[in-house]
Amino acid sequence: MLYREAGQFKSSYSADMAMFPIRQDRIALALLLVVAFFIVPFVASDYFLRAILVPFLILSLGAIGLNILVGYCGQISLGAGAFMAIGAYSTYKFTTGVHLPLDWFGTEISIPPLAVLPSILLGGFMAAIVGILFGIPSLRIKGLYLAVATLAAQFFFDWVFIRVKWFSNYTPSGSVAAPELNFFGLVVHSSIERYLLCLAFVTVFAFIAKNLVRGSLGRQWMAIRDMDIAAELMGIRPFYAKLTAFAVSSFMIGISGALWAFVYLGAWEPLAFDINRSFQLLFMVIIGGLGSILGSFLGAAFILILPIFLDQVPHALGIPISVETISHLVFIIQGSLICYLLIVEPHGFARLWAIAKEKLRLWPYPY
Amino acid sequence: MKADVDPKATMTGDVEPGQVMLSVENVSLSFGGVKAIRGVSFDIRKGEIRAIIGPNGAGKTSMLNVINGFYHPQEGVITFKGRRRSAMRPYIAASQGIARTFQNVALFKGMSTLDNIMTGRTLKMKRGLLSHALHFGPAKSEEIRHREAVEHIIDFLEIAHIRKAPVGKLPYGLQKRVELGRALAMEPELLLLDEPMAGMNLEEKQDMSRFILTVKDTFNTTIVIIEHDMGVVMDLSDRVVVLDYGQKIADGTPAEVQSNQAVIDAYLGVAH
Ligand SMILES: Nc1ncnc2c1ncn2[C@@H]1O[C@H](COP(=O)(O)OP(=O)(O)O)[C@@H](O)[C@H]1O
Ligand SMILES: [Mg+2]
Repeated sequence: MLYREAGQFKSSYSADMAMFPIRQDRIALALLLVVAFFIVPFVASDYFLRAILVPFLILSLGAIGLNILVGYCGQISLGAGAFMAIGAYSTYKFTTGVHLPLDWFGTEISIPPLAVLPSILLGGFMAAIVGILFGIPSLRIKGLYLAVATLAAQFFFDWVFIRVKWFSNYTPSGSVAAPELNFFGLVVHSSIERYLLCLAFVTVFAFIAKNLVRGSLGRQWMAIRDMDIAAELMGIRPFYAKLTAFAVSSFMIGISGALWAFVYLGAWEPLAFDINRSFQLLFMVIIGGLGSILGSFLGAAFILILPIFLDQVPHALGIPISVETISHLVFIIQGSLICYLLIVEPHGFARLWAIAKEKLRLWPYPY
Repeated sequence: MKADVDPKATMTGDVEPGQVMLSVENVSLSFGGVKAIRGVSFDIRKGEIRAIIGPNGAGKTSMLNVINGFYHPQEGVITFKGRRRSAMRPYIAASQGIARTFQNVALFKGMSTLDNIMTGRTLKMKRGLLSHALHFGPAKSEEIRHREAVEHIIDFLEIAHIRKAPVGKLPYGLQKRVELGRALAMEPELLLLDEPMAGMNLEEKQDMSRFILTVKDTFNTTIVIIEHDMGVVMDLSDRVVVLDYGQKIADGTPAEVQSNQAVIDAYLGVAH
């Protein structure tokens, strides 16, 4: 079927405001979901599910979260890794029971171990709360200074999760193992189950993110991003807009951190969420497209697939290429692509995709 | 000034047509050593079009920034709808019914015409984060309701054809129109227009004048307009205040102001 919106007249604002106003887009998305939920699990190899699709989905969720803050609200953050860590460690604490003696106050906080799902959601909430706290400086500072403040958050939490043994339940090695992934009696263990779990989370949160960015809140975020002074004169409270962006963003990044730790890694140490993770998410957002939910997926796919591609393709073609060269190549390609996109096309792959769709709509006529 | 304001109006916040809606008394504003406004007083009556004119750097834009809470004057009193105003954040002025456009278009460049104008509805939209997240029921019907209001504005300003276009790429004249739409979407009581016709050709100026007059007539909006084109000022405004070097040099009907010697001197650049 041709990709056209001609002939699809919208008779109500409700139809025009739909998440995907063009019918072909809706069909494509429905097909994609059917394939992802019902076909991929049965045709993909165990390795592909576990080593490629699961991390792709989890980091896509993280990239969506970061994109809300950076791409939609225009607040730079270099601390995404820290918020993943907060999500992961909080979830861990909730699943194993929280005991916090507060001797000074003559009391203690004691929460019995919770099930995995509520723990993950609470992990997201903890990240959101910390996100709001670290978002407060953004009411005063912008750009480079805000970047440095979020960088400070990154180093601070790296330090906290290494030094404060309470978070890792005093394991001697400092590494932590996730408990069994029991969802109301359903134990998630195999690669297929892990994949479906991540897919469910990402689907739900991608829809939520899409809803938020096309509604009043999303417009407030973008208004702050594009022209904060005019936004305030329109009655948009910078306080509310920025802090909700920090909260929603940190919540989603926190959930992705919990999934990364519990579903992908299984056992982890603080290093899993260091500054490299922050940069990885930021690169995904820039390459995929600032201010685009679709772009978050494209960026995550590209960053994850590039090393695998460089590892396998020359090999298959019989070109000898050392592991070191590959990792250098990855840096070179990512770096130059980021420079190119930041200068030429800040909306990244998502924009290129939109241009392609535009061409397709007009095809075969040039105008 | 107090005598001008009906005490009942103070309580309800309503001002009868023709009465003083906002008064500026003895306001001075300086930036470091630069005195942008020096002891200026004037008032704005409900339902009128009040022009502010004066040479470049006279302090006109600064005066609008004072009125909508963006700058806080070092001296002077501002009374809005019978209530003395304290230093406030601009979004509070917005919530009290003051909207504005900017001398240098200040649209949200990454957003479409429709979304830009929809931001003007922000204060009227009450649904919270969770109901937006699901875009269901109340959040959706609220969005549809405001979309309808915005579509009326789009039709009125004759910009339906650029509804979905990103505003950054629109020609300047249309950007000014979208900016007016964004301010109108707030359904303001007091609309501040900072050189809405700067850089426009004759035809565009006529369109814009027509829009401004229609807004005044149909919604009873009080309008303050900064404009350089004396022809436009004569056609549109009920009363004119003239600023020069931060001081008020004249205040009256367009005809009075035009024949005022101080004004003629200021415009002809007679040495001070
Ligand atoms: N934010 C600011 N900081 C310093 N000086 C300013 C600022 N805004 C305005 N001014 C100065 O105040 C004076 C009046 O400016 P403005 O209100 O923009 O004049 P007009 O709009 O009448 O052309 C000018 O001398 C200008 O340089
Ligand atoms: Mg000016």
